[in-house]
Amino acid sequence: MTLSAAIRTGDVAQLPGKRDEDWRWTDLRGLIRVLPPPSPEVSGEVDDGPFGPAELTIVNGRLRGDTAALVVPAGETRTVRLRFVSASEATSHGAHLAVELGEGARLTLLESHEGRAADYVADAVLTIGVGKDAALERIVLTNDDPGAVTVSTAIVTLGYGARLSQTVLAGGAKRQRIETRVEHPGHGAQVRLDGAYLLAAQRHADLTSVVTHDGVGGVTDQLAKGVVRDQARGVFQGRIVVAEGADKTDGRMGHHALILSDRAEVDAKPELEIYADDVACAHGNTVGALDEDALFYIRQRGVPEPEARALLTEAFVGEVVERIEHEGAREAAAAWVAARLGG
Amino acid sequence: MLSINNLHVSIEDKPILRGLSLELPAGEVHAIMGPNGAGKSTLSYVLTGREGYEVTDGTVTLDGEDLLALEPNERATKGLFLSFQYPLEIPGVPAMHFLRTAMNAQRKARGEPEVGAGEFIKLARETAAALKIDFDMLKRALNVGFSGGEKKRMEIFQMAMLQPRLLILDETDSGLDIDALRIVADGVNAMRSPERSMLVITHYQRLLDYIRPDKVHVLSAGRIVATGGPELALELEREGYEKYERAAA
Repeated sequence: MTLSAAIRTGDVAQLPGKRDEDWRWTDLRGLIRVLPPPSPEVSGEVDDGPFGPAELTIVNGRLRGDTAALVVPAGETRTVRLRFVSASEATSHGAHLAVELGEGARLTLLESHEGRAADYVADAVLTIGVGKDAALERIVLTNDDPGAVTVSTAIVTLGYGARLSQTVLAGGAKRQRIETRVEHPGHGAQVRLDGAYLLAAQRHADLTSVVTHDGVGGVTDQLAKGVVRDQARGVFQGRIVVAEGADKTDGRMGHHALILSDRAEVDAKPELEIYADDVACAHGNTVGALDEDALFYIRQRGVPEPEARALLTEAFVGEVVERIEHEGAREAAAAWVAARLGG
Repeated sequence: MLSINNLHVSIEDKPILRGLSLELPAGEVHAIMGPNGAGKSTLSYVLTGREGYEVTDGTVTLDGEDLLALEPNERATKGLFLSFQYPLEIPGVPAMHFLRTAMNAQRKARGEPEVGAGEFIKLARETAAALKIDFDMLKRALNVGFSGGEKKRMEIFQMAMLQPRLLILDETDSGLDIDALRIVADGVNAMRSPERSMLVITHYQRLLDYIRPDKVHVLSAGRIVATGGPELALELEREGYEKYERAAA
């Protein structure tokens, strides 16, 4: 049951919904009675995305240019801006892109999901192979329409000694899900899987991840933060699976959310599934409001209340932004956060 | 400067201050001493506008203006500064960034130009050096992981940077060893001026050996029960608060 299958076949019975355990907080089947018609091909220029001019642009599910996949040959280093643009109102489309990093290659993937129309349904799938000793830093920024329904899935396979560092910044949509599945071989491979969702109005965002440790000595470090206000809803589902024999796995998961209004909601399900004996795994999960004592302290120093709240909230999310290694991406992420918390 | 008249304050319907009156003229330093539970911290919080303190009667004016009608940040902009008994930790906000935000918020509210980064850093360096604060500490998140003494020194540092006109020091000596106390007191004394007033709230006389008050008030059961010169603090140190607690009851 996936959105991409439903879009491909036009059959809404293919949509994931409440009865699927991993989709109960992001019920697409109950939401979409009829899929909107397929998105048309759009040939016009699109102006620059949040990271600047892009090497790869996918508009309404169609990749522009004659590239079929993103390949970084062994030993090479690249920075690639990848844009998914939804440009037509009330239509649906899906896209798939394969990303391959050869042995020892390095890729900074600056990925954005942008809505340039209203009420679209969009699915995107990335299959990513990170070769032995290769390193991928993936930053995902979303600017979706409030009426859109979007699902983005990355399926990542790592080689020995490979590194995946990911930061997802979700601004939400009518329904927005960003899912990451990682096959973790251990043996020196390292994963950092961060995310933040900043939601207002009636927006919804769902950060879901599954990291499966299959080999000895793998590291996964996950930090997700959320800020919800108005009637927004944030969902965090993080699962770290440590298979039998994947000893010496070091897995850490943290999810922390601020709820800034009575009608906003956060649903969180952090899970550690451990079948090995000798592991160091921990998770922490907190959901709460801003610290009123800290707010008073800041106001006593002369800062008006809205700015004091923004200062504390920005600092709260800042921890995720600071972990981004690529300097330009860190700046773009900080600007994205400031724009959402400022208004 | 500060005029408190017949102030009654309750917390959740429980009266804490019961008719407190006090005149603090410009240029003077007044100490408020009293036993635990007398209402000392309540006084500092109600003057600065913390939520949860209900003023049921009385007035407070700063240079004739109704202080109680102002938001906490507006009071700060008028020059009111509280050195907290327990300074808050502000995770993720470097001390320098915090203070520059505060300074510029106050300047903006007063219609003054904002302080530039270079000018601010120069001022912070000089002020930190005088208070023996390691400049690198100002790059760390405010008060996070600081010792009790470091937090108190950071309060005085902020005070010296913001140059308020009315200072409230709430138990500033608690948690300080004798060397830190001397540094803090020197910092406070350096700010004494004919245009600036201070309210020094303390349980013990010790701090007043270093910050000499013009007047000492005894606060007991929510009102001022005695007022005298510095010798009153010595008497309290010798004889305790018992006599005044009886008088108040």
